[in-house]
Amino acid sequence: MSETTVIIGGGQAGAQTVMSLRREGFEGKIVLIADEPELPYQRPPLSKAYLAGEMAKDRLFIKPAAFYDKLDAELLLGVAVESIDTQVQQLTLKDGSIQSYDQLVFATGGRVRRLSCSGADHPAVHYLRTLTDVEAMQARFTAGTRMAIVGGGYIGLETAAIAAKDGLQVTVLEAQATPLARVACPEVGEFFQTIHQQAGVSIHCDTLLESIEDEGEGVAALITNTGERILAELVVVGIGLLPNVELAASAGIACDNGITVDEYCRTSVANIYAAGDCTNHPNPIYQRRMRLESVHNAIEQGKTVAANICGKNTPYAQVPWFWSDQYDVKLQTVGINMGYDQTVIRGQPDSRSFAVFYLQAGRLLAVDAINRPAEFVAAKKIITQGLEVSVDRLQDEAINAKELVEA
Amino acid sequence: MIKVTYIEDNGTSRDIDVEEGTNLMDAAVDNLVPGIDGDCGGVSACATCHVHVDAAWQDKLEPMNETEDSMLDLTDSRDDSSRLACQITAAAALDGLVLRTPTGQH
Repeated sequence: MSETTVIIGGGQAGAQTVMSLRREGFEGKIVLIADEPELPYQRPPLSKAYLAGEMAKDRLFIKPAAFYDKLDAELLLGVAVESIDTQVQQLTLKDGSIQSYDQLVFATGGRVRRLSCSGADHPAVHYLRTLTDVEAMQARFTAGTRMAIVGGGYIGLETAAIAAKDGLQVTVLEAQATPLARVACPEVGEFFQTIHQQAGVSIHCDTLLESIEDEGEGVAALITNTGERILAELVVVGIGLLPNVELAASAGIACDNGITVDEYCRTSVANIYAAGDCTNHPNPIYQRRMRLESVHNAIEQGKTVAANICGKNTPYAQVPWFWSDQYDVKLQTVGINMGYDQTVIRGQPDSRSFAVFYLQAGRLLAVDAINRPAEFVAAKKIITQGLEVSVDRLQDEAINAKELVEA
Repeated sequence: MIKVTYIEDNGTSRDIDVEEGTNLMDAAVDNLVPGIDGDCGGVSACATCHVHVDAAWQDKLEPMNETEDSMLDLTDSRDDSSRLACQITAAAALDGLVLRTPTGQH
């Protein structure tokens, strides 16, 4: 009898696992179960081109339906999993049906962190994670609409950029002293604050949302700890992601800020793997555990899971990378800057083209490259290969970025 | 519609009809061409749609920008014929274009 691999979750990691299983030679049955009704789709455009109406829905899909047919993969869409019995290796779906597995993959991703203040259920309040979320706000996404964004992270800022371009009146509330404070140094945060202000976006830092009141006619009033009262027809909340671990935890799988996996993406229970935003995984390059919210990680862990299901014994060892598009600015980040003790800036932020190198004890941890693709590429090679760098050379614009790799 | 030929590293050749205005990464993904992934969705952020353009066609393409040029440096087999398929848009002048996918691009 042939084996069955069941994948729970229809995002980037789930779709990649399907593709990579076949590529690695898996000949058994593949079943992907997703609670969203759509084919697996890309999420990054949701806060960028798709929100702006510049991208057709079909283009969001990672692969067309015919692709899964060709791979002989069964997609069960719009169905949630109710419970898992890891002893008999069986899932019970919400519709009551039973699905057996030989290998199970959690690609359950995350869900948005929701506001908990009073008035958080105001109809003007929206979140941004799924296609349904975007479609729910698109009717209000028109020039002249007052839009308040809660949270100055990537999602909030990308949304602000698209909205400002489309003529909405945008206000961003950020709890920290600069936007992107959780992920970038103050100079990068200040740079993004400046370009948004230049585009007419009002950014209020050191500002906490205390409550939301109803102004009538669909308008919400955001009350802040600084005594402001910001009116908006559209409120978009981007205050982070919570990993979807509940199903795994209820099946007795170890979880700790994510589903805990080893370097082979194996969970604590035999024959059960996890990939993507939902995993807490070890990174050998940084020698610590992390949970990442990124396309690259979802794809690479999907590949790792598939390889290991096929007995290839392949550990996950990747330098994380990310991107963000806002106005004419492309931010490319490589590495994780956590624990940095020094930053080196190459170029001038005023020129809208510069790179920030994050170092720890002289070793390069990460780079934020702003309209600096060559620095991004050089840094990716330096970190991957564990090369030495000198601060003087990083700063010296007379040295071509490519040559930094030969430091 | 224009005709674009994708040739895999193992010699398998596929002729695909592509609507003008569509980028050639999307066209490859839609038509299940192996070796072209387009992980980033076509914003030249990932370099997984690297192709070699047949010499006869290179001058007919729009020149590459700095981002595409840099991202190609992340690929293993870059040469003078290298482009990112997501940055090539189907146009009448490209009818008959031949692209080759590099060895080992997955």
